[in-house]
Amino acid sequence: MKNFLKYLLKRIFFMLITLWLIATVTFFLMKFLPGSPYVNQEKLSPEQIAILNKQAGLDRPVIEQYGIYLKNIVQGDFGTSFQFKNQPVAKLLVDRIGPSVQLGVQAIILGTLMGILLGVIAAMRQNTWVDTVATLVAILGRSIPNFVFAVLLQLLFAIKWQVLPIAKWDQGFISTILPTVALAMSPLADSARFIRTEMVEVLGSDYIELARAKGLSYWQVAFKHGLRNSLIPLITLLGPLAVSLMTGSLVVENIFAIPGIGEQFVKSILTNDYPTIMAVTLLFSTMLVVVILIVDILYGLVDPRIRVSGGSET
Amino acid sequence: MKKILEVDDLHISFDTFAGKVQAIRGVSFDLYKGETLAIVGESGSGKSVTTRTIMRLLANNGHIDQGKILFKGEDLVHKTEREMQKIRGKEIAMIFQDPMTSLDPTMNIGNQVAESLRKHKKVSKKEALASALELLKLVGIPNAEQRLKNYPHQFSGGQRQRIVIAIALICYPEILIADEPTTALDVTIQAQIIELMKEIQQKIQTSIIFITHDLGVVANVADRVAVMYGGRIIEVGTSDEIFYHPQHPYTWGLLSSMPTLEMEENELYAIPGSPPDLLDPPKGDAFYPRNEYALKIDTLEAPPFFEVSPTHQAATWLLAPHAPKVTPPKEIVRRWRLYEQKTGLKQTALN
Repeated sequence: MKNFLKYLLKRIFFMLITLWLIATVTFFLMKFLPGSPYVNQEKLSPEQIAILNKQAGLDRPVIEQYGIYLKNIVQGDFGTSFQFKNQPVAKLLVDRIGPSVQLGVQAIILGTLMGILLGVIAAMRQNTWVDTVATLVAILGRSIPNFVFAVLLQLLFAIKWQVLPIAKWDQGFISTILPTVALAMSPLADSARFIRTEMVEVLGSDYIELARAKGLSYWQVAFKHGLRNSLIPLITLLGPLAVSLMTGSLVVENIFAIPGIGEQFVKSILTNDYPTIMAVTLLFSTMLVVVILIVDILYGLVDPRIRVSGGSET
Repeated sequence: MKKILEVDDLHISFDTFAGKVQAIRGVSFDLYKGETLAIVGESGSGKSVTTRTIMRLLANNGHIDQGKILFKGEDLVHKTEREMQKIRGKEIAMIFQDPMTSLDPTMNIGNQVAESLRKHKKVSKKEALASALELLKLVGIPNAEQRLKNYPHQFSGGQRQRIVIAIALICYPEILIADEPTTALDVTIQAQIIELMKEIQQKIQTSIIFITHDLGVVANVADRVAVMYGGRIIEVGTSDEIFYHPQHPYTWGLLSSMPTLEMEENELYAIPGSPPDLLDPPKGDAFYPRNEYALKIDTLEAPPFFEVSPTHQAATWLLAPHAPKVTPPKEIVRRWRLYEQKTGLKQTALN
């Protein structure tokens, strides 16, 4: 346990360094972007723009702006948005991230569980029609964009059968069902494909035969010994996938009228809303490094051979 | 002695892209209570397939075409998968060849050993783990209490094979099938594992089918030996009969190619040629093309078993009443002479 804490602290230290590097690179990249926050608003006179720039500190040397920015984020101040009626960026993000994370988490859980089930069944019924159907589902899920599914689901469940709301974010869980399903298709397809491939290989291994020789049934063997050994490549895949789902999908959020963060991010880039871009980038990066840490810890839980410095040889 | 397993005229084939491989072409043998029967043969002779069939763990493309496997009077060939699951691990258990790959890397060994018991007997998890601990002590895992929660990668190869043996023994099976249990181990560990198996057999009175290609190991463990070649048993007898009074030219070849301390020449004998193609097995004796003692009839018809003694049979035309007398290789003659001294039996062929 002590080893584990030490490991955790070390990882968090490196995570902070990673985030600092990302913040720095993003900051300077942004400064090289053509345009400035107030250029698009054509009604403003050059004098007005100069005043606004001064207010936001944009008239100072870039390196000084960088210093001020770093100091502020360390203190938890992400600045005020240039675009959204001078709201503090932090509040803007907190309001927007909720729905995106909720949808992302629901989609990844639904998609992965269904995908694992499909993959296991396909592997157990290798080269039968079941396997073919599972492969087909995986290919469709992977190759059809999720907004196509989104529209299709709306057409069927909201318009034709009228059992679910079409695009309203005010009925709690009910409103999340369709977008969750639409978003779940790609993790479903990916995990089904990965689990099938890995399972087929694992099912041919000696310890599976030994488990069969113990008198376990085929399905008991598959779930008790096969699945756990097949999960490792899937975990690698799931980390980044989970982040990309939680950070919101612009198109799906638009289709279902979800006040999520995906839309916010795209808008802030289009309008050169520096504080928002920076904050969103940092937020996404933080989510990614945290998820990567969780994935590394999960590896150890699934496979004792890669237990992070915690496992001691006796 | 009580017969516990009776394999009768077993035929097994595999469907492959190249065609139908006739892996087992009429194998019959008996296994008695408490004995160790060694099945010896080179790779592809069908020894592993035979035992996998007893467990009914053949690959999907394998079929039992003909024959019976009588276990306690019941034919295992016609058991359903569900019925077999009740027999596997409980009444017939198996030890596998490679201890490095036959344990699940993601499950601790306490659970792996206890798993079979929990499947077959109504015991609590705690009771099962207690039995697992007892067995791990029996097979000689040091500090077994502390090591129950360890994973396979934390054990050496020899220890892992001990764990595999513990897994096989936890339900005290009546038959233990050991499929080359020492092949993947180094020589000093081999001896320990074999000693362990002998010790355990004494303790729990199980019958063992010991598959190997290593005759040195066989001499050490087996009460009786069956030699397989090309999907058939070609000679079967007690350990003494096979080692000191062999009759089949293939057994001669095997024994001559085994290094012994008494050997005068530095040169080791090797059986020429390669094993038969079981996609299209030869019509006569499968060993005929590699057999320097082959008779003309070997090309035409497979030899039946000729009885050498009530416990010793060999399938070679050399034992037919009118067959010409041949002198076996030097090493075999030496062994025959030892046998004569031991038993006082006169060998007609040596006169």
